Amino acid sequence: MTTTVLNKVEIPAQQTQTTEKSSVYKTNQLNLWYGTNHALKNIDLDIKENEVTAIIGPSGCGKSTYIKTLNRMIETIPSVKTSGEINYRGRNIFNKDYQVEELRTKVGMVFQKPNPFPKSIYDNVAYGPRIHGVKNKKILDQIVEKSLRGAAIWEEVKDRLNENAYGLSGGQQQRICIARCLAIEPDVILMDEPTSALDPISTLKVEELVQELKSSYSIIIVTHNMQQAARISDKTAFFLHGEVVEYDTTDKIFSNPSDKRTEDYISGRFG
Amino acid sequence: MKYIDHQSVAANTKSRIAKNLVLKGVFFAATMFGLIVLAILLYRVITQGSGYLSVEFFLNFASRIPEQSGIKAAIVGSIYLMLVVAPVSIFLGVGTAIYLEEYAKKSKGSTFIKINISNLAGVPSVVFGLLGLTIFVRYFGLGISILAAGLTMSLLILPIIIVASQEAVRAVPKELREASYAMGATKWQTILRVVLPASIPGILTGSILALSRAIGETAPLVVLGIPTVLMFTPDGFLSTFTALPMQIYDWTLRPQVAFHHAAAAGIIVLMALLIFMNSIAVFIRNKYQKRW
Repeated sequence: MTTTVLNKVEIPAQQTQTTEKSSVYKTNQLNLWYGTNHALKNIDLDIKENEVTAIIGPSGCGKSTYIKTLNRMIETIPSVKTSGEINYRGRNIFNKDYQVEELRTKVGMVFQKPNPFPKSIYDNVAYGPRIHGVKNKKILDQIVEKSLRGAAIWEEVKDRLNENAYGLSGGQQQRICIARCLAIEPDVILMDEPTSALDPISTLKVEELVQELKSSYSIIIVTHNMQQAARISDKTAFFLHGEVVEYDTTDKIFSNPSDKRTEDYISGRFG
Repeated sequence: MKYIDHQSVAANTKSRIAKNLVLKGVFFAATMFGLIVLAILLYRVITQGSGYLSVEFFLNFASRIPEQSGIKAAIVGSIYLMLVVAPVSIFLGVGTAIYLEEYAKKSKGSTFIKINISNLAGVPSVVFGLLGLTIFVRYFGLGISILAAGLTMSLLILPIIIVASQEAVRAVPKELREASYAMGATKWQTILRVVLPASIPGILTGSILALSRAIGETAPLVVLGIPTVLMFTPDGFLSTFTALPMQIYDWTLRPQVAFHHAAAAGIIVLMALLIFMNSIAVFIRNKYQKRW
């Protein structure tokens, strides 16, 4: 916990020095088609590390498509075609020799609906480390505890690690999924509307968690909820009809947007 | 203006209710028809055969004297047959299902294969017997052996296992696969750790039902030329053998009534075996109910 506090102090210090944070993701002229449907159009986004970047926009604007492209999960849909490039830490993820397994070990994902495996809480969290070859029980124990603490759910489940994760509430399940994602020690966490299936209290807990996690991870979060974006993010990108209308600091987007369409959307005139 | 005329509705209500009652009766009769015929059959088999069921019946070989006849060669042969059919058909069937559902890209070719697997399940078993005779007995030179018959039976029930396994694999929610892929798991790791554990009850149920079909199947064995009466038990998988349905078939063909009763006893044994296997399938299905 002390490290979190330290980091939180450091962040404003960095900003006053105006040293640019390095980019985790640089998207250049990304286009994506579902068959003939042009879903993403000339996307240019530069996402910085150790920040929370929110992606907002009405349904069907391509925000989920975009976040799923960042770890190439979109490729599970057969008709998808892409052009342009997404550079993760300077390397184009669409390169032929970039193995998706390698990318997804560095880029974790939390989904819209909590999707724990029908296994014990322990096995859920230990899943990632196990597939990456960790067999030592002691190390696994440590990873599981660290990840569950990281996802702020250790105290709630520490006495029932061997129970099936399906017995937990929706909010707890989602935090187990976050813990499962932390267990692979990712660099970036992608969150695709992680609170849309949760009640307000669980939502609050996940939001607090996102704030704590951003000191050690870069977080990209798709949200349908503009208040949520305003509460938790540093930068916000507004998507509309597959294009990025505006991308700026969250303060700027919500107080003084440059584009009329952004203003209409955040003031609730459509969407 | 109203579209529903409540007076005429009231007038024809009675006839609608009567129609409902008549059809209920028709459907009940349809259900009972099958059940009654089955009950008569069971009654005949049990009254005729139960007298022959004894320890000797299991320990004796077939004999010219009905009272001394037994099913030793047949039951050992059937067990040997299952020892070939179970591993071969389950491995090939589950492997095919996993390939088609998890690995194969959606294309005209894979759709064509999927449709035809379902069609294969409807091919008469005699045709599979001819196939086995041509390929395994003659071309591969396996002779009239347990291995040849086992491979033929495996082909026969393969479509059933493939279809059941495909359904079980398809029923695993895609969210679970996504969760695994998103952590950098390969396809095989996802199949082994997520898909198979969730689908194994369905796969096992389908496989056991398919095996119970193989154990009762006669036509392919007749076509392969499996002997009906043997005075020895097989000593290996290349040895010749006889199986329960073959023994029953032979006894029913004999003119003496006493042999028909021995056949009835054989049928009781076969049915007990089938009921036992099916109840294992039901037990597995109920015990591992889906948890999502």
